[in-house]
Amino acid sequence: MNNTEWPLWEVFIRSRQGLNHKHVGSLHAADQDMAIENARDVYTRRQEGVSIWVVESKHIVASDPAQGDSLFEPAANKIYRHPTFYQLPDAIKHM
Amino acid sequence: MKELDFETDFQNKIDSEIKIEPKDWMPESYRKTLIRQISQHAHSEIVGMLPEGNWITRAPSLKRKAILLAKVQDEAGHGLYLYSAAETLGISRDQMVSDLHSGKAKYSSIFNYPATSWADMGAVGWLVDGAAIMNQVALCRASYGPYARAMVRICKEESFHQRQGYDIMMKLCAGTAEQKQMAQDALNRWWWPSLMMFGPNDENSPNSAQSMKWRIKRFSNDDLRQKFVDATVEQAEILGIKIPDDNLKWNETKKGYDFSEIDWTEFNQVVAGNGPCNKQRLKARVDAWDKGAWVREAALAYAEKKAVAIKEKAVA
Repeated sequence: MNNTEWPLWEVFIRSRQGLNHKHVGSLHAADQDMAIENARDVYTRRQEGVSIWVVESKHIVASDPAQGDSLFEPAANKIYRHPTFYQLPDAIKHM
Repeated sequence: MKELDFETDFQNKIDSEIKIEPKDWMPESYRKTLIRQISQHAHSEIVGMLPEGNWITRAPSLKRKAILLAKVQDEAGHGLYLYSAAETLGISRDQMVSDLHSGKAKYSSIFNYPATSWADMGAVGWLVDGAAIMNQVALCRASYGPYARAMVRICKEESFHQRQGYDIMMKLCAGTAEQKQMAQDALNRWWWPSLMMFGPNDENSPNSAQSMKWRIKRFSNDDLRQKFVDATVEQAEILGIKIPDDNLKWNETKKGYDFSEIDWTEFNQVVAGNGPCNKQRLKARVDAWDKGAWVREAALAYAEKKAVAIKEKAVA
């Protein structure tokens, strides 16, 4: 097998105006134009999108799941960041 | 953490229905099982395009042609979702293609049967896609995130496939006696291979227990097969054609149909490569790959040339 595998791209689709782009999967393409065209054919055959982002997978930087605790645990004990932490007098109906 | 702790932690996650994602720790055997299953599934979608692709130019009307074209394009899409899910486990696309071509990787045996009449397009959609849906709905909850997400997309599209097949059968069954006979003949030929799609009986399916423990599999082969038979009998009655099994009978105690034992010799022969179309199917894939080599190379060369041009322009 000759070594001509096309690069891998991650595909993000905005399903409609007002929503953010969401990761839907990946595909191979020789360049960015082909990546957009392939993404159109593979991921939006049923009007799933109004906008496509593609980024070569090698450019994605991801956090390490093994360090999940040290990254995200500090947020766990800061419950005062949530409005439900605060007791309001019954007399106050809306705040 | 020690290896054993990782393993306990992993199984705990599975037991509490927390999905496993690509960068999470997983046992090597879990990774290998998934690569094998997902890549075989992807290959099945791609090889599955062949029997139907054969009928695109001969579809009886423009409407049927457009529908069949859309369906076959979906199969290509399903193959691509699955290949990319498998790639998250660390195998390259080229490696998977190479394993298919060398015969190391299998695909669903059903596609080694020929599609000899237009009615087969009906039977394939109705029965083969119907059987596939039984399996795939369960896989939407598989423990590996990328696989489960690919299956959700596939299932959404698959029910169109089954309905368009049934629609072809309905049309034929409402037609002339000859057309109805075509539908009956297609049912006769596709019924048993469709039941074989669920794999060996539970007592002969040694890997099932592990896959169930890992929640890759949710139902046993025999349970899914039973569900398929129970769902399909009524659909055949409505068409007014007969399922080719004289032992097919409602069993009030188990609230399901009894049916004959599958011809496992035939099943094993087709899996071993001796089905009616095994060689033809694999040759079509290898030829497509070989003949497409210059396209893949040219696209890459063009992309490189363009990238250089952009760089030079930026420097100037």
